[in-house]
Order: sequence, then structure tokens, then C-alpha cells
Amino acid sequence: MAIETQAPDLRRAPEDTGPILEVRGLGVDFRVDGEWVMAARDVDFTIKPGEVLAVVGESGSGKSVSAMGILGLLPKNSRTVGSATLRGTELIGARPAALRAVRGNDVGLIFQEPMTALNPVLTNGFQVSEVLLSHQNISPAQARERAIELFRLVDLPNPEGRYDSYPHQLSGGQRQRVMIAMAIACDPVLLIADEPTTALDVTVQAEILDLLRTLHHRLDSAILLITHDMGVVADLADTVVVMKDGRVVESGPIRQVFSSPRQGYTRELLAAVPHLGAQIAAGQLVVREPAPGTAAVTAGLEDRAPAPVVPALDLRNLVLEYPSRGRTPAFRAVDDVSFSIAHGEVLGLVGESGSGKTTIGRAVVGLLPVASGSVSIGGTDVAGLSRRELRPLRRRSAIVFQDPAASLNPRMTIGESIGEPLFIHEKLRKAALDRRVEALLDQVQLPHAYRNRFPHELSGGQRQRVGIARALSLGPDLLVADEPTSALDVSVQAHVLELFQELQREQGFACLFISHDLAVVEILASRVAVLHRGKLAEIGTREEVLLHPREPYTRRLIAAAPVPDPDEQQTRRAGRAAALAAGADAED
Amino acid sequence: MTDLRNDLPDDGPAIELAMGTLVTLDDDLAEVDVLAQQSVAARSSTQTVMRRFRQHRAAMSGFVVLVAIILLAFSSIGFGPVPGWWKLDFKIPMPLVDAGAPTLSVWPPSLGEHPFGQDNIGRDYFALTMKGAQQSLIIAFLVGIVGTVIGTVIGACAGYFRGWTEAVLMRLTDVMITIPLLAVAAVIAVSSKGLGGVWILGAFLGLVTWTGLARIVRGEFLSLREKEFVDAARSVGASSGRIIFRHILPNTIGVIIVAATLAISSAILLESALSFLGFGVQSPDTSLGQLINSYRSAMTTRPWLFWWPGLFIIAIALAVNFIGDGLRDAFDPRQDRVKA
Repeated sequence: MAIETQAPDLRRAPEDTGPILEVRGLGVDFRVDGEWVMAARDVDFTIKPGEVLAVVGESGSGKSVSAMGILGLLPKNSRTVGSATLRGTELIGARPAALRAVRGNDVGLIFQEPMTALNPVLTNGFQVSEVLLSHQNISPAQARERAIELFRLVDLPNPEGRYDSYPHQLSGGQRQRVMIAMAIACDPVLLIADEPTTALDVTVQAEILDLLRTLHHRLDSAILLITHDMGVVADLADTVVVMKDGRVVESGPIRQVFSSPRQGYTRELLAAVPHLGAQIAAGQLVVREPAPGTAAVTAGLEDRAPAPVVPALDLRNLVLEYPSRGRTPAFRAVDDVSFSIAHGEVLGLVGESGSGKTTIGRAVVGLLPVASGSVSIGGTDVAGLSRRELRPLRRRSAIVFQDPAASLNPRMTIGESIGEPLFIHEKLRKAALDRRVEALLDQVQLPHAYRNRFPHELSGGQRQRVGIARALSLGPDLLVADEPTSALDVSVQAHVLELFQELQREQGFACLFISHDLAVVEILASRVAVLHRGKLAEIGTREEVLLHPREPYTRRLIAAAPVPDPDEQQTRRAGRAAALAAGADAED
Repeated sequence: MTDLRNDLPDDGPAIELAMGTLVTLDDDLAEVDVLAQQSVAARSSTQTVMRRFRQHRAAMSGFVVLVAIILLAFSSIGFGPVPGWWKLDFKIPMPLVDAGAPTLSVWPPSLGEHPFGQDNIGRDYFALTMKGAQQSLIIAFLVGIVGTVIGTVIGACAGYFRGWTEAVLMRLTDVMITIPLLAVAAVIAVSSKGLGGVWILGAFLGLVTWTGLARIVRGEFLSLREKEFVDAARSVGASSGRIIFRHILPNTIGVIIVAATLAISSAILLESALSFLGFGVQSPDTSLGQLINSYRSAMTTRPWLFWWPGLFIIAIALAVNFIGDGLRDAFDPRQDRVKA
């Protein structure tokens, strides 16, 4: 590869000259409404050359703020105290010009959201060359050459062609590769990766993590990895720092932290992370017996014999399309999908982004028109019904959305949001409505006083409880849960999943549980359907799909899901590499 | 002025921090005390808005000033058949007292014969100003109400229903924009011997000034209708009317109120421009704009003829803008710093 022909970098210090980055007593505060609010306090860590240090924590733990504080990238209403030395140079309190020279040159940054971190009106190549031109004394032609070299280094297909393309022309994974090329453009001694794979699909995430690992070995730069995902930590890190509420709770080598955590919080955090394979391994059988109609379900995709009992949801040859607009042709998001869910059964629908899983969920609750095929809820086909005809049927199904912040009206109180279905369908008013709302708040374990709050006054987990309460207000037969926990922190996710299981047991509704996270689906679902590019790849019981997947796509999906255990993750990685080498189909 | 984009949530560090502290709350939820479950009466959003508006100091003072001006203007010289407490009529010339200078004295407090002075032919300027304020207020609010209602409904329907509804309504808006206001006013004034009463003038101005608001509201609706909470409402079977008025409209209220208050203040100025050209309020009837226009040359000799109506225009416009500011904040739940 091109990088090996590079002249040795003279800036790089020899291996034995102490740590790359040493952080001592770092504290960050924000001034909010005339008061200093603590965001991080007494943060200590050291990164040695060639080391991968992961800072883990939930949202609000101060992990990103600490890293941004080191580089002076925080807004003006903040103050940073303590000391952070990059190879002996103090960064806290350094002049802006000095910090600017450090950023991009000595320290490379990889952001969470590659779409927003890249400028949409500049070409990918120009954005990489810009970094080179602003830090090195080279000509634009040389910069272009070097940028293409970097694209090759990050395994971007067709690097010359990609140089003149724009960010929107690339897939999410490719955009993140461009970001990485930018970050490593000047051979930084330290790479800061802030949630580098959170916005990506699991299979793409696995590839980006592989890339980071190879680059790390090849360039020998230290990596500061900021993440909430224990699986990513287990995959990449050598040392772990666990943060909570702005303070370091525990730090140590990865195997020690994962196998024998010393602090209670670390133990809780690790326990809250769903572990793919753990449920099945524990031999924990699904408590609910599937209804007779689907008891003899085979893993086949072909239509089953008509069941004596009407299933809660029955999809037959469902085709969903986004209509053509102007010159853009119609897009077929879901193509010929058939499956059914018995009463009281939870079916997990998994797939990567763009596989059409959310589209199916929306069509089931009547938010999207059905192009062809049928959607039967409790025996009534809802495809092609008018809004008026659909209205009485809306009671039977409900949906919990992915993002609780977006799915609650910001101008309505929690109580009004929860009570709206009752207001519309049962024509409940005033006191009667209040009583039902209180009962629903009890069910999702929220205090009654919350009914006068607005969504922004609640935490993410609380908002999702509200979303669940609203969905359950009419006692639906079928609940569509569209990634209800993917916007939440792991410990909050654990609570919400627990609540969800409890409510499902009590009320016995059937559930279409949509998720990209196989581990979460494993906890909840008794059967699993795998969707790939709008088609049903595989469907079967949880054990069949997760332990003995028949489709190569399912196998790849399972192999890519990171497991929060460094040793297991290492063997899984080897297995995955072998599977890929054996000629399984490549990415996108 | 006020920030139109204020109702988008921004994920600044402040919010992030607030979320952080709340997330820890979530963990403690399992142990929520039974005491916390004591019954709390449900508060409707109208009550919440009223409570917040009353806490807004600038808006409340604006409100008090506006109410005071309205009371003064309508009670002093009377309105229609109802007589007022002020003894003089605005149409009748009187002998000049002290060359028409204002007799109002702050200390010792006394009104005198002509508190605001007299104009060049000796009419009582207090009565004239009050009459002008009445007319200007009527026009301003008529324009504000008519223009806002039409603009909001047209913008909301176009933005929510899309398709041919949008095409028809927006082309109509474009046509309205291209018609020069003064030309139409002139034509109507000529064909109907002047626009006559302020009611017709106000309604007419409202009918031609809704276009800007319609475009703004449509834009807001276009983005809000794709939001997930609208899908959520649709999935529980809410009707289009309910979604438009209960779900989307409250989220655009900030923009609408700002536009409406601006429309009210600019209507006062627009009316004076029309009156100046002879298409608006016709003499001997009068309005604040009309007064300023007729006495603009008296600036050096009788400055009070200029100051009094000017003062009232500024006071009314400022008060309306403050109220608008307060309403916008009251409708925006994120402005509430104190947790309920």
C-alpha cells in the first residue's frame, strides 16, 4: 500500500518517550443561567503510544465534553481547568492559534455523524486536501495525490473517482471512511474517535472497527475512543475508563474491567448491556406458548396452511412503494413479504437501515399506503381502506416510535398526549379521562404529577414510557414497536425493556418488535424475521435464526454484532474474518 | 426583533446537561415515593399559557398600556351613539386659547381647557387625537385579525394537504402579491367614492395583506407535517382538522403571533399612507396617520400637533409588540425554566 512508501515521519517521537496524552484533574463547567454547572470533574487518564483507550459512559456522563475540552472545542460558555499534556505540551489554556495547529495535525478527530461532519457543498477530496494544505507546505496537486492515497488507505472503493464526488453520493460507511481519511491525513499521534460507529449499521460498524484496528497497527497512533457501546469497547480497546456524572468511576485494562469490575456502577452497566446469545445460552425458554395457529410454524417462507385461529397480524405478499416524484422513479421499499403474528406473540423484525423494517411497521398501523398484497389485523384487511373506514380499526393496533422526543407533540402536556386516543375513540372527557390517564401513568411507572409536564422536561427513558402508555391506552391487540429503545442509554434501555416485557405478559398483546439490535430482539421475541433490502431473508423461531441461520446474510449480521466481552469478541472476529474470506458476499 | 426560529429544539450543551441530570432521575423511578403519587390536577394548555403570560413582565405592561389607551380613546369622546366624558367635540372649532398650546400641566395636575392644545382652526386636539386613536385601533386590529385568520387558514391548508390544494392556494397567493396595493386601493376608492368608514378600510387592508403570513405558515406546516408526532396522531385516528388545529398549529403559534403583531403595527402606518394619498380615512373623519400627515408642516410652529398622534402610534405599536413577545414565550413550553 501507498503508505508504506512514505518517508518516515520525523515528528514522531521514539516509542519509549512517555505517554502521548496525559490528562490530570481535568474539569469542565458550563455557565447556564448565570450558574456554573459541572460537566466533568477530576478526570485523569494517560494514553501511551500505540494504545487504544476507551472512555465509556452514558449520555451526560461527560465523556465527549472532556475530550472536546482538551482540544478547546467547547462553546464560549464553558471553562476547562486541570492539565492535559500532549507529548509534554500543555493544551489547557493554550492560545487558540496553538490549539489550531494541534488539531488536525497532531490530533485527528472522527465524529459520530459523518453526514453532518462533512460539508455537503464541498467534494470529499477537497475536504481532505484542505486539511493537508492548511497544515503542510505542499502544492494542491500533491495534496490531491496524497488525498487519493489516503482514500486507498481507508479502503474506499474507486479512490480517484471518489475524490470529486460529494458526501451525499456516498453511503454512511463510506462517509465515515472519508472522515477517517481526514483525521489521519497529517499522521496524527492521537486519534480521537467520538462515537465513530453509532450512526452505522452493524455490518458497516464491524468494517469500520476493522479499519480502525488495521490503521492503528499500521500508523501506530494512539486512539482515544469515546463510546457508549460496550461491544465496540470490547472489540477495539486496550484500556477502559468508565465515567458517570462527570467523574471517572473506574479505569483499568480491558480484560480486568470486563471480567472483574470493581465498582458497582461498572457491574450494573455491564449487566444492562444485552449480550447476544446469552438468553439462549441460559436455556431460558420463552414463557409464552405460541398460539395453536403458529405452533407448527416451519422456517419456510411459503404461505402456511390457513390457521384455525385468526392471527393478530397477517401480511401476505406485501409490497410497499414510495411513489415517484418528478424524475425520481418509484422506490420499492418492501417487496413481497409475508408473515403472521399469533395473538400474544412477539415477533422480532431485524434488518439494517434501508431494509424496509420501519416501512412495514408504518404500513401496519395505516400510516403508509399499501401498493399490493394484504395487511390483516385480527382478520380485517386494512389495505386500501379510506381514512374514514380505517378510523374504527385504529383502536386495534398502536405504534411506539423510535425517537420519543420527536413522536410527542412538544406543545402538549404528557397527560394530553396519553389521553388523546381516549379522547378521540372513547370520547372521554374531563374527570373520566383524567382517571384513565392516571391509570396509564401508573402502568408505566410514572408519577401522576408528570401529566402536566411537557416532553422536554422528561428524560429519554421517561418519554419512551409516555410513548408506551399512549400506545397502550386503547388496549390494542397488536403493538408495533419501532426500535423503541435504540435512542436510549443502555441502563435506561434495560429498564424500558423490562417494563415492556412486564406489560406484554400482563396484557397479552401481540407485538411486532422492530430492531436492528439482535441482542434486544433475542430478549423479547419468540420468533425472528430477518429483512434484507425489502425482502424477507429468513423467518423462524429465535433459536433457529440466531443459532442455526440458514441464509448467509443472517450469518453475516450475527457475526457483525459486537459482544461485550473482549475474549469472545476476539474469537467472533476471527470467525467473521474466516467467513468473509471464504467468499461470503461483500459489503453493499 | 423576535427570533422566528426559536421553536426548534437545539441540542446545546445546556440541554445535554439537563438531560444528564434527568437520566439519573429515570434510574430512581422504580423507588418513586407513594407520596409523589398524590393526585395532581390536570392542567390544560390554555391555563398554562395564561399563567406564563401573566409572569411575563414586559408583556403585562404592554397589555396594561394597550388596555389603558383603548379605554381612554373610547370612553373620552364616546363611541357611536354612546357619549363620552370629554366635553368637546373634535369637529367644532373653538376660539384659540394661548395660541393653541397644550394646557396640560403635570404639576400641579390639571387638564386645563385644551390639554393637548388646539389645531390651527381651533379644534380641540385631545378630542381629535382620541378620535384618531379610535379609528387607528379599529383599523389595526381589523387588519391583524382578518389578515391573520385568512393567512393562517390558507397557509395551513396549503402546507398540510399538499397536492392541488397547495397549487391553487399558493398561485392565488402569488397573484395577490403581484397586485400593487395602492393601485387597488385607488380603484376601489374611486368607484365607491372613497373607502368610507374605517371598517371597510380595515377589512380591505386585511384582505390584501395576508400573503406574507400564508407563505410563512405554509413553510412551517410543510416541515411540521413530516414530524413523527403528527404520524403518532394520525396513527391513533385523529382527523385532519384535529391534526391541523390541535397538533401542528400550536407549534407554529410563535411565528403567527410575531407576524400578526408586526402586521398590526404596520397596518397603522399603511393606513396613514393611504389616508395621505386620499384613499384612506376621509376628512372630517380622522385617524392618527391622517393627523400626522395633515399637520406635518406645522412641526416648527405647533409641534404638539405632531407629537401627540406620534406618541400614540408609538405607544400602541410598542404595546402590541410586547404582548406578541409575551404570547410567543407563553406558547413555547421550552421557555419555562421552572419545573412544574
